[in-house]
Amino acid sequence: MTSLQITFYLTAFLALAGGAGLAWSRNVVHAALFLILALLAVAGLYLVLLADFLALVQVLIYGGAITILILFAMMLTRARELPEAMDNPQKPWAGAVALLTFLGLVVVAYTTPWPGLAASSLAHIDFKEIGSSLFIDWAIPFEIASLVLLVAMIGAIIIARPEEGE
Amino acid sequence: MIPLEHFLVVSGALFSLGLYSVLARRNAVLVLMGVELMLNAVSVNLVAFSLFEDPRLFLGQIFAIFVIVIAAAEVGLGLAIILKLFRMRTTANVDAADAMRW
Repeated sequence: MTSLQITFYLTAFLALAGGAGLAWSRNVVHAALFLILALLAVAGLYLVLLADFLALVQVLIYGGAITILILFAMMLTRARELPEAMDNPQKPWAGAVALLTFLGLVVVAYTTPWPGLAASSLAHIDFKEIGSSLFIDWAIPFEIASLVLLVAMIGAIIIARPEEGE
Repeated sequence: MIPLEHFLVVSGALFSLGLYSVLARRNAVLVLMGVELMLNAVSVNLVAFSLFEDPRLFLGQIFAIFVIVIAAAEVGLGLAIILKLFRMRTTANVDAADAMRW
């Protein structure tokens, strides 16, 4: 077993452990911490896939910003003080649907003849290449994405702002 | 080298766990966390496909960056809506948001 394989199986195990903790933890804050574990392990998977820029972005955006936002929302909605049955009555159905999805995905992954699989030569993409591609080939989607972020920010401020008399 | 199928199985398992928490959880914040996990699983898939298909093109990485941008926007808006729901109903239970009209 090479070190790359060991890293991959370790990070995959951590990601799945985090996902399982998110799905089955009885404590809301523990679930959020398990989500952080899963997201950081996904950053490790990106490193195995030679996408180091993406791993960096993942740690910054998911490991930092989004989980802090989620923990803040938990604090503001007092999620810990109102446990009131965290799980729906439709739990068995949810389990069945998730299991069927997983089995279907595994079957498709192993029965489809993926083209060009042998050619996977190790190719490292440096930051400069990604940056120039993002600003030259993907300039219009990039601008639209920034517009989407602006609209989402304004919308979030307007929705969450307390109204008069509240 | 790790075969592509192993990446697909890992991301499929992550996607299913996220789907389970979206469907089975009652707290809206937990539902949103499940959505985040599903988005991440899809991004891993895209990056793996682009590495195994044509490593010089890194299309999957560009896609994953846009997925992260949209996920950030979605989390911000979703949490604002959950805060509003909590203020109106004093609960973050998704079953409490059943009014189509005020």
